[in-house]
Amino acid sequence: MSTDFYREGSPVADTKAPAGPIAERWEQRRFSGRLVNPANRRKLRVIVVGTGLAGASAAATLGELGYRVANYCFQDSARRAHSIAAQGGINAAKNYRNDGDSVHRLFYDTVKGGDFRSRESNVHRLAEVSTEIIDQCVAQGVPFAREYGGLLDNRSFGGAQVSRTFYARGQTGQQLLLGAYQALQRQVAAGTVDLHTRHEMLELVIADGKARGIIVRDLVTGEISTELADAVVLATGGYGNVFFLSTNAKGCNVTASWRAHRKGAYFANPCYTQIHPTCIPQSGDHQSKLTLMSESLRNDGRVWVPKERGDDRHPADIPEDERDYYLERRYPAFGNLVPRDIASRAAKIVCDEGHGVGPGGLGVYLDFADAIGRLGKQAVEAKYGNLFDMYERITGENPYERPMRIYPAVHYTMGGLWVDYDLSSNIPGLFVTGEANFSDHGANRLGASALMQGLSDGYFVLPNTISDYLADGPFEALDEGHEAVVAARKEVDDRIAFFLGNDGDRTVDSFHRELGKIMWEYCGMERTEEGLHKAIGLIRDLKAEFYKRVKVTGKAEELNQQLEKAGRVADFFELGELMCIDALHRTESCGGHFRAESQTEDGEAKRDDENFSYVAAWEFGGDEPILHKEALEFEYVHPTQRSYK
Amino acid sequence: MKLSLRIWRQSDAAAKGKMVSYEIDEVSEDASFLEMLDVLNERLISEGQDPVAFDHDCREGICGACSLVIDGQPHGPQAATTTCQLHMRKFKDGDSIDIEPWRAGAFPVVKDLVVDRGAFDRIIQAGGYISAPTGTAPDAHAVPIPKQDADAAFSAAACIGCGACVAACPNGSGMLFMGAKVTHLALTPQGQPERATRVLGMVAAHDEAGFGGCTNTGECAAACPKEIGLDVIAQLNRDFRKAAVRAA
Repeated sequence: MSTDFYREGSPVADTKAPAGPIAERWEQRRFSGRLVNPANRRKLRVIVVGTGLAGASAAATLGELGYRVANYCFQDSARRAHSIAAQGGINAAKNYRNDGDSVHRLFYDTVKGGDFRSRESNVHRLAEVSTEIIDQCVAQGVPFAREYGGLLDNRSFGGAQVSRTFYARGQTGQQLLLGAYQALQRQVAAGTVDLHTRHEMLELVIADGKARGIIVRDLVTGEISTELADAVVLATGGYGNVFFLSTNAKGCNVTASWRAHRKGAYFANPCYTQIHPTCIPQSGDHQSKLTLMSESLRNDGRVWVPKERGDDRHPADIPEDERDYYLERRYPAFGNLVPRDIASRAAKIVCDEGHGVGPGGLGVYLDFADAIGRLGKQAVEAKYGNLFDMYERITGENPYERPMRIYPAVHYTMGGLWVDYDLSSNIPGLFVTGEANFSDHGANRLGASALMQGLSDGYFVLPNTISDYLADGPFEALDEGHEAVVAARKEVDDRIAFFLGNDGDRTVDSFHRELGKIMWEYCGMERTEEGLHKAIGLIRDLKAEFYKRVKVTGKAEELNQQLEKAGRVADFFELGELMCIDALHRTESCGGHFRAESQTEDGEAKRDDENFSYVAAWEFGGDEPILHKEALEFEYVHPTQRSYK
Repeated sequence: MKLSLRIWRQSDAAAKGKMVSYEIDEVSEDASFLEMLDVLNERLISEGQDPVAFDHDCREGICGACSLVIDGQPHGPQAATTTCQLHMRKFKDGDSIDIEPWRAGAFPVVKDLVVDRGAFDRIIQAGGYISAPTGTAPDAHAVPIPKQDADAAFSAAACIGCGACVAACPNGSGMLFMGAKVTHLALTPQGQPERATRVLGMVAAHDEAGFGGCTNTGECAAACPKEIGLDVIAQLNRDFRKAAVRAA
C-alpha cells in the first residue's frame, strides 16, 4: 500500500511480552529470561547514553551488577540532565492512604489516561514496579515530603482520585535525579562505570546486524572517538525541542535517537506530544524557552477568561459574572483538574475565540484569590511559595495580588524509539529507556508518571531484561578498523566538515525558531489534514534552505556550541517531517493528538478504535518512511470514550 | 534599553583571556539575562565573529549549569536567583555590565565564560552518597523520619551544584557545597552507617581538588541561589572533627 507520503510495510509484533494473567507476566519474563553469571559480567561492556533518571539509574544498577559500563552525557555534569527540572511528583501504588489504590488501579488509570494507545503488559509492569522505586529512593536518602508522624506524605495529582503521588516540595525530579546521580558516582568511584561528561553521541555503530558502539564528540576538544561494547542503551530523553519553544532544557535533542532511527531503529508514534496547560506565556521574540508552573497549582487555582472578547481591563476590575470559568463550566465533575490534554486544548479554544489575556491574547488566568480567601495567604505561600516567586521573577507580576497568566507549552513526548517488552529496539543490542522510548504512556501521559517510568526502566526493568541478550556475549571483538566503525566515523566527519565549510548567512537558531513555529502552528494542539500537508511542504522547503544558508562559525577542534546546535537542528528537521506524516496518517483524535476532523459533537477528542488501535512504528525511508503497525490488544481495560464531564 | 557589556573572552584553557566591550541596543526588559546574550550572539554570528560561549541548559533555575559573574557577583544582583532567572528589568537603560566566568583555582576556564566544575563530581564520588544498591531497600515506611529532619535534609539537598559559593569565596572554598551534601545525608537515618567515612573522604577530595578552606566570610551563603545557609558548614566541621578524632 502506498500513500502520498509513506508506504506501509509488514506488521511488527512485540515478541517478548509473555502471555498469561497480566499480574504474572513480569515475574514470568524475569524467570524465562536468561541470566549472566556474575563472573562473566565483568567481561561484558554496556554503553549507556544519557544520565537522566533513566540513564543514571541504569548505569548505576548495571555497574552494581558487575558489568563494565561506559556512560555519556553532553552536560558538564551528570547531575544536570533535564530530569532535574521535573517539579510535581512520582506515582506509586503504595496505598499508604488506604483510599482504594492498588497496582491494578494505577494500571487502569494509566491505560485510560493514555487514551488506550499504550501496551497493557508494559503499563502493568510499570504499576507493579512503582512501589519498589519509592523504597529504593528512600533507601538512598531522597528527602521526600513527610507528615508529622514521620511517614511519607502523598498528594492527589493530575486528576487522580487517589493520593498516590510522592513528592519533594516542587523539586521531586531534582531529588530523584540526585539519588540516581549519587548512586552513579558511587559506581564511578568503584571503577565499574566510566563516565564521560561533555561528550555527545553522534552516530550508532551497527556491525553484523548488532548495535556494537557509538561515535562521540568531545565537546571541549572536538575530538571524535569510538566506544565499542556488547550492547548500547539510549536514555537520551524526549524531542520536545523540535518546537524550539518548549519546557525542555536548551540542550535536549533527538540526535542520538534519530541517528539510531536512520540506522534502522523504528520510531514509534512520533506525533504523540504532550502540551502542558500551565506554563508562563511568552513575552516577546527574544523568548528562548518556556517555563512550566507545576500542575499542582490547579488544585487550588481557578482558571478563567473574560467573557467579553478583547476585554483588557485589569483582572481585579472584571466582576465575577463577567468571567468564564470555562473548565468548571465544561467539565463540572473534574473542573480545573481535568487531564493535561483536555485543559490545554480548552485554553487554546478560548484564546482562539478572542478571550485570551496578556501579550498577543495568548494566555488565560489562573486565579488564587479564592484559595487565599479560604486558606489564608500563609497557607497558599507554604504550598506554592517557590512557584509564586519564580512566576514573579519571570513576569514581574505578583501572583498573590493578580492572577497568574498561563498558556500551554510543549512539555513531554510520548512517542520515541520502538521497543519490545524487554526495552529492546528492533536492532539487536540497542535498548531504549525513559522518555526516549514510547511504550508506557500511550497518547497522553498522566502527571507524576514520567519520573516513575524513567526510574522503573533504569533501576528495575532494563537491568533484568538486558541479561537475556548479554547471555550470548561477549560478542566477537571489534576494532576501530572494522568497516562499520570506519563508515560511521566518516558520516560524523562529513557532517561536521559540511557545517563548518558551508558558505551561509543565517544562524542555526533562526532556522530552529522557524521550524518550531511551523510545528506549533500545524502539528501542535490541533492538527488538520490541510495544515499537515502544508507543514510537510514548509518543512521540506526550510530544510533545503537550511543546508544552503546555515552559517556555523569557529572550528571543529574546540568548544563550538553553534556546531553542536547545527547537528541537532538538522535532525529536528527530519523528525519534524516524520511527526507531521504520523499525525497526518492518524486521522483519529487520541490523547495529545487532536485531529480537528475527528471530534464528538461537543468538541471532545474522538478515537477510532476500529482503524487505529495500533502503534505506528516508522522505519526510516528518506522522503518516504515505512509504516509498521503493532496491533494493541486490551484484555483488561476495555476501551471507552474518556469522559471527565 | 541600551547596554554596554564587557565580557571575558578566552579562546581555550591555555589562552590568555581579556575583557572585550560590546554595545547592545533594543534589549527588552522582559528578556532574561541569557536571552540578552542570545541576541548578542546572533548578531556576532551574522557578523562572522565567534559567539560568546557560556554554560546553560534548563533556564529555569534548577540544573545549575549557568554560571556568570555579573558585575562582580556570582549570578548577578538579584538574591536567591540563578543567572538564567535574572531578567533585564533589574537593569536600566545605559547600564554598563561586566560579565565574567566563575573565578576559582579548582574551576579552570574552558572557554570564555565556561568553566570546568568536574571537581564537584569528584567530591561526590569520594562519599557523597548512601550505599544502597538497587533492589536492597526495605519498605519506604519501615523507618519513619521526623518531619523537621526531613525538611531540614531537603533544604540542604536543594543545592544545585552550580558553584556560585566557590566563585564568591575569597579562598575559593567548596565547603558550602560539600556541607550541603554532608548535612542532607547526616539528617537521614539511612545516612548514619557511612557518616564518618563520608565526611573524611569528601574533605580529602575537596582539598585535593585545590579548593581553599573556610574563613567564615559568608560570601558563599549570600551568593547561593538556593539560600543554603552557613549552618551546613558548621555541620560539616562538627562531623569532620568527630570522624577525624575517631579515625586517629
